[in-house]
Parts: sequence; C-alpha cells; structure tokens
Amino acid sequence: MWKTRIGALLLLVIGAGIGYFIYASEPALHSGKTVYGQGFAEKFPFKLGLDLSGGVQLVYQADVSSIKPEEVKDAMASLRDVVERRINLFGVSEPVVQIEEKGGITGPVEERLIVELPGITDVKKAVEMIGQTPKLEFMKERSTAELEKYNKAIEKFKADQAAGKPLNIPAELLAGPYQPTELNGRFLERAVLEFDQTTRAPIISLVFNEHGSELFAKLTKENIGKPIAIFLDRELGNSEPISAPVVREAITGGKAQITGKFTTIEARTLVGRLNSGALPVDKLELVSTQTISAPLGAKALNAGIWAGVWGLLIVAGFLIVWYRLPGFVATIALLIYVVLMLTLFKFFHITLTAAGIAGFILSMGMAVDANILIFERTKEELRKGHGVHDAIIEGFARAWTSIRDSNISSIITAVILFWFGTSLIKGFALTFGLGVVISMFSAITLSRAFLFALPVKGHGTFVRFLFGSGFLRIR
Amino acid sequence: MFIVKYRKIFFTLSAITIALSFYAMVVKGFNASIDFAGGSIMEVSYEKRPDGDTLKASLDKAGFEGAHIQMAGESEVMLKTKALSETDRQALVAALSLDGTLKMEEKRLNSIGPTVGKELRNNAWKAIVLVILGIVLFVAYAFRKVSEPISSWKYGAITTVTLLHDIIVPAGVFVWMGKEVDTLFVVALLSIMGVSVHDTIVVFDRIRENLKNRVSNDFATTVGMSLRQTFTRSINTSLTVMLVLATLFFFGPASTKDFSLILWIGIAIGTYSSVFIASPLLVVLEKRQSR
Repeated sequence: MWKTRIGALLLLVIGAGIGYFIYASEPALHSGKTVYGQGFAEKFPFKLGLDLSGGVQLVYQADVSSIKPEEVKDAMASLRDVVERRINLFGVSEPVVQIEEKGGITGPVEERLIVELPGITDVKKAVEMIGQTPKLEFMKERSTAELEKYNKAIEKFKADQAAGKPLNIPAELLAGPYQPTELNGRFLERAVLEFDQTTRAPIISLVFNEHGSELFAKLTKENIGKPIAIFLDRELGNSEPISAPVVREAITGGKAQITGKFTTIEARTLVGRLNSGALPVDKLELVSTQTISAPLGAKALNAGIWAGVWGLLIVAGFLIVWYRLPGFVATIALLIYVVLMLTLFKFFHITLTAAGIAGFILSMGMAVDANILIFERTKEELRKGHGVHDAIIEGFARAWTSIRDSNISSIITAVILFWFGTSLIKGFALTFGLGVVISMFSAITLSRAFLFALPVKGHGTFVRFLFGSGFLRIR
Repeated sequence: MFIVKYRKIFFTLSAITIALSFYAMVVKGFNASIDFAGGSIMEVSYEKRPDGDTLKASLDKAGFEGAHIQMAGESEVMLKTKALSETDRQALVAALSLDGTLKMEEKRLNSIGPTVGKELRNNAWKAIVLVILGIVLFVAYAFRKVSEPISSWKYGAITTVTLLHDIIVPAGVFVWMGKEVDTLFVVALLSIMGVSVHDTIVVFDRIRENLKNRVSNDFATTVGMSLRQTFTRSINTSLTVMLVLATLFFFGPASTKDFSLILWIGIAIGTYSSVFIASPLLVVLEKRQSR
C-alpha cells in the first residue's frame, strides 16, 4: 500500500514539475515577472505555424528538365542554398527553406521548393528576391581616366568626412572602380576547391565552358597586371566583390585559379557560392502563395488557446459531476496529460497550427474515453458485489482490450494522414496521433496509480457513493 | 434489447438519411474549395470600404471578371478569384485599392495553382481509401480469434459499412448546407472514421468477451446485452468529445469552425451507428447464416 502511495506521490510531483516548467517558460503566464528557472525554460518556446504567427509561404516549382536525373538532387540542394542566402539578406528570423519531391509513382517527379518567412508580409519584395537568378559577374577595372576620377572622389569624400562637411556621393563613387564585361556565371561550368601542393593554402579553381573560355582568355589578355573582380548578386546590394585577383598572365585553357588570403572555410563557402551562381535549375515558378497578417494569426492563436481552456474546464466539470471521486482523479490525470503534451510540443519543436490545436483539443476529449471505459467497468464490478479495490483492478483489466484496440484504429488514421498530408494536415495528424498515444499512457498508468493510492476500502455507503456515477444509486 | 428487436426501424432510418445525403450530393454537387480546384482567396481590410459595385467595376476593368466579392465585418472584403501569379497579385491589390486611392491592408492571401489542387485532390482520395483499408484489416485481425458464430472478417465488413455510413451522412449534411469542401473537410471525415471505429470496436469487444464467457446461447441476446453494458460509455464518451468540439466551434479560430462542426455531426452519427446499426447488423448476418 505505502509503495503505491509513494509511487503516486512521485507521479504527482513529476506532473507538477512539468506543469511548472510550462508556467515558467511562457512569460504571459506569470505576467512578465521573473520566476525561478525561467532562463532555462524559455529556451523552449512553442513553434508557431505561419497561420498563427503571420507570415508568407511560397511554393515554387523548379523546372529541371534539362538536368540529368542523377544530378537533380544536387541541383535542388544548391538551389536551396542560394535561396536561403537570399533570404538571409532579407533579415527574417527562423526562415524555412525546404525541398519537396512530389509524384514519381503516378507521374513525373516534380521538384518543389517551399519557402516560409514568418513575420514577413511584403510578398512583393520576397518574391523578387527569391525569384531572381543568382548572378555571378566578372568585372574589369575602369579606364585610367575614370579610375583617377574615382580615386579623387574617394579622397574628397574622406576629406569631407574628416572635416565634418555635409556628405554627397558623386556618380563616379557610386559606380565603383569596376566596369562590367561580357563574362558572367552562365559561362562558368564549375568551381572546385583545391589546395596548394607546398603551402597547403586553399585555391579556388574555376572551369569555364567553351564560350566562357574564349571570353575569359580575351579578358585576361587585356588586363594583365590589373584586377578582375568577381561579384555575386551585385544588384541586390552586395557591392563588395567576393574576390578581386590580379591577372598575372593571359589564361587560355578555360581554367582560372583564385588565390587569396582566405581560410579553408571561407574558400569552401566561396566555392559553394560560385557554384550556386551558376544556374542550378532552368526555371523557378511560383505555384502557390499564402500570406496571413500577424494580427490575424495572433487572433487565431488566442482563440485556439481559449477553446482549449474552455474544453478542459468543461471536460473536468463533467468528469467530476458524473464520476465523482474517480472523475476527480481522471481530471488530475488529464491535467498532467495536457502539460505533458505541451512539453512535448516544446521539446520536439512541433509546429503548432490552427489545425494542430484542433487535433490537440480533440485528443483531450478522446483521452477521457479510456477513463470512462475503466470507470464504467469498475461500476459494473461494484454492482456484482466486489469490494472497491477488487472492482478497480477488474475494471482496468477488462477495459484494457477495448482501450488498446480502439486507440490503434485512431493511430492508423493519424499515421496515414501524416503520410499523405500537406503541412496543414501533418500538423493535425501529429498532435492528434501523439495525443492518442500519450492519453492511453496517462489513463492506464496515471489514473491507475492515483486510484489505488486512495484510502478507500470495503463496501460502505459513502465509499459506494464516491465510486458511483451519474444519478443512479448502486445498491 | 429493444435496439436489436426494432433494428428494422433503425436500418430504415439510416437508409433514408443516406439516400437523402446522396440526393444532396447529386443535386447540389460538391462545392470544391481552392484547395482542390485551384484559385485564390484574398482578405483585405479598408479604412473606408467602397461599395460592391465600385469594387466590381474596378476588378472587371483590371481583368478579374467573375471574381466573387463578399463583404465581411465592418471594413473587410473577401475575394475569390483565379490562382494568382505575383504580377496578378499586384494588379489585384491595385484594383482593390482603386489604384491606390483607398487605404487598404492585405490581411490574408491563399493562392493555389491548378497542379497543386489536383495533387491535393488525389491525395485526399488515396488517404480515404487507405484509412478504410487499414481499419478493415485491423478489425479483421483484432477479432481473428472470434469465429463462432460468425467469422472475424464479417466484423471487419460491418465496420466498413458503418464507416461509410458515418462519412456519407455528414458529407451530405455539409453539401446541403452549401459549405465548401476543403482539405480540412477531408481530414474531418478521416477523423470521424477513426472515432467511429473506436466506438464500434468497444461494442464489438464486449460482444467478443461475452461470447467467450458464454453469457447466453442466443447470439441476439448476447449482442443486446453487450449493447446495454456499453451504452453509458458510448453516450458519455461521445458527449465529452462533442463538448470539446463545441468549445472549439464557439471559441476556436475561424479557420477550424467548419472543421469542428462537421466533426461534431460525424461523431453524433458515428455513435448512433455503432450502437444502432453495427451491432444489429451482426445479428442479421448471424440469422442469415444459421438459416
């Protein structure tokens, strides 16, 4: 007996601990005051879907028809990197860029790119940034006269700055020291990271295609002793060249090497950027857009939370009124179930959507079912004249097959939904399926442990009242 | 048990509702949402909302003929039209703000291209078929040891009939109400299946146990007894689930209102069918077999 009581107490304490964790992790719950353990708990925020946080979701279809099937994966991966880089320029917190493959069994494989930008509502700018082909440009130095003008402009600017005079930026300065050439990323076949045989310093090798080789040969021949600047996405505001090596001799083989003072990591990043500057896919087409303004998302989130609170209160009320003492025990188990689920959402970064919240609320109703099955069964055994303790044991044992089989069917549904679903359905399937599994656990372990720990024995009228239900008396 | 005795009444009742549901589907047809048909919904909010005719004229001029305009709340407008490219979207925003003369905020946009719509539609069908298949196989497996007086696959078959009953009727009601059929609608139907089977299994499980304990020599009596024993549980469980769904409907987010409504209907129907249809059907099969 004492063993069961200590076990039950332990479960209660753990449950309360988890509850406290949730409390400490959400500043809104303790109205901004600092509470113990807040620093740790706040490291696990809820992850909200776009429909609750507001933001933009863009789905692109990539045209990969000219790419060899075995290279499609690499092309898509590099496409993702390019887009990710562009979005980072945009300054979004926690953007999501995913590759999705569709079809394959019933039709040709379709390559999609899903971009989610929480908190962004300027669709126009987002689409422009993502949709543009990444641009690699090779530029040469301006003519001597122009360069002189540029240098003078810089000196004047610096002098003005030092003297504290009002600053104005002349056109020469804005144009920069380089001028465009014909050569760009379209003519680059690939970039490779290599290492110097003796110094082990990283070297970046560029390989041009046929036409690119000709252009590059011409460019280097005309610019011996001068730098050739390589720019990536200059039009998007990257005004510094990623590298500006000085040409030592004319290069005719269609291959070039960039040596500079960079670390291996920098060189590797540069190679990645150069390769992605070369077109990864043929075309990127926007096939679906979804935007939700932040206030609308907040409203939905708020409504979801209140629906959950009311649902919990109503179920608890029903359980206590109808099933009395066991109902009270089930309510405690239900509360632990709720905080346990919330903790799982936090720990596993499960994205919560409106549909996900609906699945969770539905699972709360279903969680009670196992308890109801057990209590009804217990009541039957009481009617047969068993003592309370035996009746509870029998109630649990006999209700188990029903609980198991009925929940498996719900789990089957959840798994299939998760498998087939879009992100919307996945949100629902995950919370619902997880809810069914966890609720099965909470009913058969928590309720059981608490019920057995109760100090009730025998056949007295009061005990029978406590374990009775509804408005019928058990004789 | 009266349910077994008067089963014909309940069978007729269900037959009529199913016939009505089919009638609704044929006559009114499914009102496919943009999820399945492709297209877009835009919700905007104005500082000063223009009237419908002005908006329509402006939209027609910009090439959005046939756009469906709906006024919502005090300052909002909901608009349904074809799938939008980014250029289309900008044109639409310009048309809605009467070329920038009105202050307006774009609150929500959902645009789905036709290929994506088709794919979602296919996936929905696949999921429905797979869920039914999965459940039937599972029920047949779970009841594999029960072969007397009727074989286990018949439990599975009856579960399927009940399942179909439970999704056809709410779908019919929804079509009748003129509600849109979207992804969440399909998810709701699948969840109804899960819950309905849940219910049916609890009753069947009791029958299985009572058969094992040989509580009666008469199959119909055994079924009736099992029904009586599980009756309170069926009602109470459905009641709690329906209560939480009601809170979701009244307090929950706008996007899941229809979802909770159809689940609510479906669970009511599912409880009814597991008690009044599934178990009496078992008796019918047994009677036909012993004849």
